[in-house]
Amino acid sequence: MDMMGALLTQFAQMALVLGLAPLLTGLVRKVKARLQRRQGPPLLQPYRDLRRLFGKDVVMAENASWLFRGVPYVVFAITWVAASLIPTFATGLLFSWSGDLLVIIALFGGVRFAQALAGLDVGTSFGGIGASREVMIASLAEPAMVMIVFSVALIAGSTQLSTIAVFMQSDAVGLRVSLALALVALIIVAISENGRIPVDNPATHLELTMVHEAMVLEYSGRHLAMIDLAASLKLLAYASLIICLFLPFGLAGAASSPLDYAAGAGLWLVKLTGAGVLLSVSEMSIAKMRVFRVPNFLGAALMLALLGVLLLFVSRGM
Amino acid sequence: MHGLSFDIAHMLAGALVLVSFMMLYQVRLYALLNVLALHALVLSLSVAWQAHIQGSPHLYVTAAIALGFKAILVPWALRRMVFRMGVHREIEAVVSVGLTMLAGMALVALSLEVMLPVTAKADPIAREDIALALSVVLIGLLMMVTRRNAVSQVVGFMSLENGINLAATGARGMPLVVEISIAFSILIAFIVIGIFLFRIRERFDTVDVGALDKFRGGQG
Amino acid sequence: METVLIAILCLLLLGMIAAVTARMPIGRVLTYGGCLIVCLVILGTGLTSIAGPIQRLTLPLGLPGSGTHLRLDALASFFLVLTGLGGAGASLFAIGYGRHEEEPARVLPFYPVFLAGMNLVILADDAFTFLFAWELMSISSWALVMAQHREDGNAHAAFVYMLMAAFSGMTLLLAFGLLAGPSGNYAFDAIRAVSPSNGLASAALLLALIGTGAKAGLVPLHVWLPLAHPAAPSHVSALMSGVMTKIAIYGFVRIVFDLLPTPPWWFATIVLVLGGITAVLGVLHAMLERDMKRLLAFSTVENIGIVFVALGLALAFKANAFTTGVTLALTGAFFHALNHTVFKSLLFFGAGAVLNATGHRDLERLGGLIHRMPRTAVAVLVGCIAISALPPLNGFASEWLIFQAILLRPELPQWGPKLALPVDGALLALAAALAAACFVRAFGIAFLGRPRSPAAEQARETDIWSQAAMLIFAGLCLLGGILPGVVIDFLAPVLQALSGARIAPQVSDAWLTVAPITASRSSYNGLLVFLFISGSAVLTVAVIHRFASSGLRRAPPWDCGFPDPNPATQYTAASFDQPIRRVYGAVVFRTREKVDMPSPGDTRAASIAKTSHDTIWELAYAPIARLILAVATVLNLMQHLTIRRYLGFVFAALVILLVSLTLWQ
Repeated sequence: MDMMGALLTQFAQMALVLGLAPLLTGLVRKVKARLQRRQGPPLLQPYRDLRRLFGKDVVMAENASWLFRGVPYVVFAITWVAASLIPTFATGLLFSWSGDLLVIIALFGGVRFAQALAGLDVGTSFGGIGASREVMIASLAEPAMVMIVFSVALIAGSTQLSTIAVFMQSDAVGLRVSLALALVALIIVAISENGRIPVDNPATHLELTMVHEAMVLEYSGRHLAMIDLAASLKLLAYASLIICLFLPFGLAGAASSPLDYAAGAGLWLVKLTGAGVLLSVSEMSIAKMRVFRVPNFLGAALMLALLGVLLLFVSRGM
Repeated sequence: MHGLSFDIAHMLAGALVLVSFMMLYQVRLYALLNVLALHALVLSLSVAWQAHIQGSPHLYVTAAIALGFKAILVPWALRRMVFRMGVHREIEAVVSVGLTMLAGMALVALSLEVMLPVTAKADPIAREDIALALSVVLIGLLMMVTRRNAVSQVVGFMSLENGINLAATGARGMPLVVEISIAFSILIAFIVIGIFLFRIRERFDTVDVGALDKFRGGQG
Repeated sequence: METVLIAILCLLLLGMIAAVTARMPIGRVLTYGGCLIVCLVILGTGLTSIAGPIQRLTLPLGLPGSGTHLRLDALASFFLVLTGLGGAGASLFAIGYGRHEEEPARVLPFYPVFLAGMNLVILADDAFTFLFAWELMSISSWALVMAQHREDGNAHAAFVYMLMAAFSGMTLLLAFGLLAGPSGNYAFDAIRAVSPSNGLASAALLLALIGTGAKAGLVPLHVWLPLAHPAAPSHVSALMSGVMTKIAIYGFVRIVFDLLPTPPWWFATIVLVLGGITAVLGVLHAMLERDMKRLLAFSTVENIGIVFVALGLALAFKANAFTTGVTLALTGAFFHALNHTVFKSLLFFGAGAVLNATGHRDLERLGGLIHRMPRTAVAVLVGCIAISALPPLNGFASEWLIFQAILLRPELPQWGPKLALPVDGALLALAAALAAACFVRAFGIAFLGRPRSPAAEQARETDIWSQAAMLIFAGLCLLGGILPGVVIDFLAPVLQALSGARIAPQVSDAWLTVAPITASRSSYNGLLVFLFISGSAVLTVAVIHRFASSGLRRAPPWDCGFPDPNPATQYTAASFDQPIRRVYGAVVFRTREKVDMPSPGDTRAASIAKTSHDTIWELAYAPIARLILAVATVLNLMQHLTIRRYLGFVFAALVILLVSLTLWQ
C-alpha cells in the first residue's frame, strides 16, 4: 500500500507537469498580449495547437536520417524525466533520488545535444546556424548552472533537490550573499536556456537572430508537437526549479497526507502563476539582444555564480 | 536575532559588490549612470543598517548624504553633462567585458584572501564587510583603468569612494567630521573633474582620454 | 603474475614473428589475432588479481646486483585492465582495419612490442625496469608514428614526439635518482622506505609531474600529442590516446601516491591549476580543429586535464588528511581514466573507419555518412554522447563523481586549494559544455547533413571486425554508465591500498543507486534514468502512433523557403565553430577574422581570412627552438677547425679539469 501510494504520487507529479506545461506557456503569452493591449490568444491555445499538430502527417526532408525522426521523442522523454525529478508540490518522491541536481542539468544538456544534432541532420543553413549558436550559448550557460548548483549544494550540504528544499525551508538558511548571487545567475540562465527575450525570441521566425526556432525549423506535424511540448515542459521545469530552490515554503514533506499534497500543489500553482506573470512583464520591458551580446550576458551570470561559490569557499559566514 | 542582522549587513555589502560588477558589465553611458545611482542607494541602505545595528545615529547622516548626494545629485549632474556634451553613448572598453569581469573576480578573491586573515580578531560584522569593501574599491580602480571614456572613469572613481565609505562605516567609532570632510573632498574632486571634462571636450572634441595621449611630447 | 609475464613474453615473440611474416597476408591476422588473445588474458588477470594479494617476482636480469623486480598489486591490476581492454579492442579492430595498411612491415612488428612495453611499465617494481619499459613503450610507439612517414607532417610529428619522450624519460630518471637516496637502491620498496628531506621530495615531485605530465599531455607539455597521436594508424592512435596516456597517469599515481610521502599542499595546487587549464585549453583546441583525428587527440588532452584535476583534488585532501575526499576523488580519477580508454578508443576506431571509407580526415570533406555507414554512425554517436558527459552514459558518471568530490568542501586551511577548487569546478563544467559542443560539431559535420565530397558520397560501411570492436565498446560505454556502482566497487581495493579507506559498497542497494557519501547528500541511478528515458520515449511513440498520426511524407527540405541543392550551402565545421571562436578564441588564441566583402557591382569574389596563434607554442617552445638554432649556428663554426685546434680544445679541457680538481680539494 505504501509503495502503491508513493508510486501514485510520483505518477501524479509526472502527469501534473505534463498537463500544466502548455498552460504556463499560454499564460505567458496571454499576459504579454494583455500588457501590449492586445486581446491575445486564449489561455488554452497551446493545447489546441498541440492537438492540431498531433493529428497531422509529418513532412520530412528527403535526406533526413533516422536520427532526425528519433530526436523529437528523445527530447521530449528526457525533458519529461528531468521535469519529473524536480519537486513541485512535494519533496521526497519515490524516484527523486535517482538523479540529483547535477543529473537534471546534464539531462537538459542531453536535450540540447540531441536538438543540435537534429538541426545539422538535414544539411540546411538555418539548422546549422541554430545549432551552432545554441552550443555557444550553452557553453556559457551550463558552467553557470553548475556553479549555481555548487552555491546551493555547498550551503545545503547536498545536491539532492529534496534535501535542499527541506533545508531551504528551515531556519538554518538565513540571508546569504551567495544565495542572492546564485538567484540572479539562475534567472539569467533560465531565461537563456528557455530561449526567452532578451537571449532569443520564441515567437519569431525568419529573423537572423533566432536560435531555437532555427534549429527545429525542419520539423512538422507530430514531431513539431513533441518539440513544442518539450519546450513548454522545460519552461515549467525551470520555473519549478527556481521556486523549489528559493521559495520552497509550503512544499509537502515526504509521505504526507493527501491534504498536504493538495495544499502544496495549490501553493505551487500560485507561485508558478507569479513566475509566469513576472516573465511576461520582463519580456515586455526589454528588447532582444544581438547574438554577440549574449556571451557577455551569460558570462555575467557565470561570474556571479562563481563569485558566490568563491565566497562560500573562502569565508564560512556567507 | 543577532544572526539576521549579520546576514542583512552581509547581504547589503554583497549587493554593493554585485552592483560594482553590473558597472563593469554595462557598456551604455546612461545605463551606467543609473547603475551608479543604484550603487549609492545600496550604500546608503547599508550605512543606514549599520547605524541601526550599531546604534549610532550619526551614521544616519552619512546614509542621508549618500542617498541625496551620491544617489541623486551626482548621477543627475553627470547625466546632464553627458547630454550637454553629446558624448557618444557607447563606452569603449580597453579590455573586453568578459575579461574585465574575470579580473574583477580575481580581485574579489584576492581581497577576501588578504583581509580575512588580517582581520581575524576584529568584530565579525566588520570582518567580511571590510573584505567586500576592499573589493568594491579594487573594482572601482579596475573600472578606471579599463575604460577609455572620461565619464566612466568618473563613475569608477565614485564607486571606489563608495567602497571606502562602506569600509569606514563597518568599523565602529568613525567620527562624523571625518565623513563629512571626505564627502566634501569628493565633491570638490567631482567639480574639478567636471570642469576638466568640459575643458577637454572644448579642446579636443572628445572625452576619450586616449585623445590626450597624442598631445604628449614625443609621441605625436 | 606469471600469467602477465608470459603474456608480455608472448607479445615480444609476436613482434619477432611479425617482423618475418609482415609482408604475408597471414601476418596481419596472426599478429592482431595473437595480440587480441594475449590482451584478453591480461584483461582477465587484471580483473581477478585486483582484489587478490600482492604478488612479487624477482628475475635475475637487468642491473647487476639488483635484478628485475616485478610486482602486481591492486593499482597495477587496475591499469592492466586498461591495457588489456584497450589492447584487445584495438587488436580486434585492426584485424579488419589493418587490411588497408600500405606498409604493414612498418606497423606489425612494433605493435606487439608497444603493448608489451606498456604492460611492463605497470609491472615494474624498480626504477630501472620502470624506465626501461617506459622507453620501450616510447620507442615502439615512435616507430608506429613513423609508419606513414611519407605523409605530410608525420616526420615532423615523430621528431617532436621523440624529443618530448626523451625529455620525459630524462626527468623521470632524475626523479628516481633523487629518490634512490644515498644508498642508491632503485627498488621501489627501498624508495618507499626512505623518507627524503623536504627539498628533495619537492624536487622529485615536480620532476615526476613534468615527466609523467609530458607523456600524458598536460599543458604546457602537450604539444607533441596532437601531432603524434593522429599520425599513427588509427588503431595505434586509439592505443596511444586511450591507453598510453593512462600509463603516464599510472606513473604519476605510483610515484606521488605510493612511493613518496604525502605531498605538500602547494603541489596539489599546481596539479589542480594545470589540470583545469589543460581541460579547457584542450577542448578549445579540439573545438576549432578540422582534422578528425587531431580533434580527438586534443580531446584526449582535455580528458587528461579532467583526470589531473581529480588527482589534484585527491592530493589536496590528502595533504589535509581528509580520507573520504581522497577516496572519492581518486575513484573519480580512475573511473574517468577507464571511461576515457573506452570512448576514446571507440572514437578513434570510428575515425579510422571513416578514413578508410572516404580517404579523408578533414571534416569539411565529409558529411551524410549516417546513411552510408549506419553501424559506425551508431557506435560513434554513443562515443560522442559518452565523451560529452551526458547521462546515462559512462562519461557522465565519472564527472559526476569528480563534482561530488569538489562539493565535499572540507575545511582546507591553505589558500591555494581553497581558491583552486571552485575555479576548477567552473573550468570542468566549461570543459564539459565545450566538449558537448565539440562533439555535436564532429558528429554533425561528419555523419549528418549532405556529403561534402564525392568520396563521402560513395563511402561504404566498414568491415565486420571493425564494426564488432566499435559496437562492443559502445556497449561498454552504456554498461559503465548505467551500472557505475559495479565499477566503483571494483575500484575499492585500489583505494584501500592507496588511501587506506574505501567508498561504501554500492551494489548492495536494491535499485543499484550510486550514493558515494550518503543517499540524502547525493545519489545517481544511471539504470533508472536510462529506463525512464527509454520507457517514456517508447511509450510516447506508441501512444502517438496509435491514437494520433503515423503518416510520413518526404519532401525537399524547407529551410525557410530558401533550399539550395548545392551541399556547399550547408553549415561547415568552420562556420559551426565561428560563435565559439569569436567568444573564446579571441582571448585564448588571438583569433582574428578579416572579411573582404566586395561592394555591389564588383565581380571580385568575397573572401574571409582568419588568423590564430597557438599561444603556448609561441611562448614556450618557439623561443627554445630559436635558442637551440642560434647556439647550433655558433657551434657550427667549430666544425671547420684544424686538427691542431681540436687537440688544443682537448688539452684545455684536461687542464681545466685538473685545476678545478685542485681547487675543489
